[in-house]
Amino acid sequence: MILDLDRFIEREQPRWRELEAMLGKLEAAPGVRLDLDGSLRLHYLYQKAGADLAKVRGQSAAPQLRAYLEALVARAYAEIHENRARASAFSPRRFFTRDFPAAFRRNLAAFWLAVAVTLAGSAAGGALVRWDPEAKEVLLPFDHLMGSPRERVAREEGSPDRILRQPKSYFSSYLMTNNIKVAILTLVTGFAFGFGPLVLLFYNGVVLGAVAYDYLAAGQGRFLAGWLLPHGSFEIPAILIAGQAGFLLGAQLLKGSRDGGSMRRLRAAAPDAVILVGGLAAMLVWAGIVEAFFSQYHEPVLPYAVKIGFGCVELTALAAYLGWAGRRKPEEKLP
Amino acid sequence: MTGAATHTAEFRTPENLVFSVTLAGPAIRFVAWLIDMLVIAAAASLFGRMLTLLSVFSEDIAGAVLTLTYFAVSVGYGMAMEWFNHGQTLGKRVMRLRVLDSQGLRLRGYQVVIRNLFRFLDMLPAGYLVGGAACLLTRRCQRLGDMAANTIVIRNAEPGRPDLAKVAAGKFNSFLGYRHLGARLRQQVEAGEAAIAFQALLRRDELGDAERVALFRELKEHFAALAPFPPEAVEGIPDEQYVRNVVDILYR
Repeated sequence: MILDLDRFIEREQPRWRELEAMLGKLEAAPGVRLDLDGSLRLHYLYQKAGADLAKVRGQSAAPQLRAYLEALVARAYAEIHENRARASAFSPRRFFTRDFPAAFRRNLAAFWLAVAVTLAGSAAGGALVRWDPEAKEVLLPFDHLMGSPRERVAREEGSPDRILRQPKSYFSSYLMTNNIKVAILTLVTGFAFGFGPLVLLFYNGVVLGAVAYDYLAAGQGRFLAGWLLPHGSFEIPAILIAGQAGFLLGAQLLKGSRDGGSMRRLRAAAPDAVILVGGLAAMLVWAGIVEAFFSQYHEPVLPYAVKIGFGCVELTALAAYLGWAGRRKPEEKLP
Repeated sequence: MTGAATHTAEFRTPENLVFSVTLAGPAIRFVAWLIDMLVIAAAASLFGRMLTLLSVFSEDIAGAVLTLTYFAVSVGYGMAMEWFNHGQTLGKRVMRLRVLDSQGLRLRGYQVVIRNLFRFLDMLPAGYLVGGAACLLTRRCQRLGDMAANTIVIRNAEPGRPDLAKVAAGKFNSFLGYRHLGARLRQQVEAGEAAIAFQALLRRDELGDAERVALFRELKEHFAALAPFPPEAVEGIPDEQYVRNVVDILYR
């Protein structure tokens, strides 16, 4: 087809500009809905721009015009063919009272898998330290866990002033950011067919099991519970939820070409993974505050019964929240 | 989306319209990322200076605020910019890149979050090696974050038309009198061929004499075969001027 480009541009440009303006308004305010006339006009302009694009596709003289029209058609296509439910504005209240616990419950199998892997790691860690106490030096990544539990307990209970004087805000922020990074890494390595969370959760379990066995064998169970429960009751479930999200992504790849292919399934599963990450990040912020400002105080400053009781209340509240928050009553359920 | 040629993604809509977008390669994306890193570092540095006032009262709290702010900015910068700026961070805007849904649809919030969280994996072991390798190996030049979020990164079309003043045919273009041949030329010459001729004129001074003569002779013969102008229009015109006239017609 022979095209007089200048006349073509002169004739069609007003419609391209009109389409551009309509798209600009729609993109700037995603909540805006067009009335019937507006929708029909948008569709007409989109089809017209598409037809114009087809005309200039073979024109050597119009690489810029072609690029402009392709960009215009692409924008219009995104607006017209987007049939996924429009996301409403983010509401923290709705997120914490409904979205997060509901996403957790929707993917419960992945959570139990994360629990099972962590428990297997804990059993392995405890067994390794029992049979070979030297293994502690290899398994535990923290210096303060290397020595004898009895000596540590005596040292910390004997010098409460030292703990009271320690800077806690910076420590708290470090714990929050570090734990959130670990949680994100646990999630994203799920992309390796779930292998990443499998390794990270198992290793986390090994460390937990080794520490637990070490302290229990030394008769320091109360100290251990008082030290770990206040922050661990949120921190450990948060890491398990990160594993849950990682397994959720990995499972979509492992299913192969079923249900429209792995990319289609990933697209469907990704919103839940994002919700889980948002929720666990909030949990880790709380855990970081508790660990820095509460967990580090021991008897005689803070009785262990109080700390253990606090941790148990937190754990029960968390379980109740994740199990029941935001459940719809039967009459509210959609058909 | 249908099959794509190298570095482009082609979409066929239900109305049978076809449009393509140019995919961004790992090198240009790396430059955009470097710009973003500079922006984040500058923001962190500025914020750190502001916090020196707070550290007079409590170094502990100042350290905590700095740690949390840096973390929030480094993780949230990409998410916030891509969400509020239609798929563009500052680095991407400078380099004319944009994140797009892989099916050409509107970018969703969860996609922005997922692709930015996956930076933790793509950055490993250093300098985006994992992400860069994935970019090189995948058909649509996607890092792992793009695959997980179903997104692609495209190069935005350059707006405007080429600067013809630099290659203009001069006051008199003997081909302009043959409008039907000019139209045929526009129809026959492919966009890539037109671009080559345009670039040859722009960069003529970079060529040696012999190479320049050979190049313009080849171009002239190619264009003459596609749309032969009558002898009176081409008589006495050097090959380079012939190509200049052709480009003048093609782009004007």
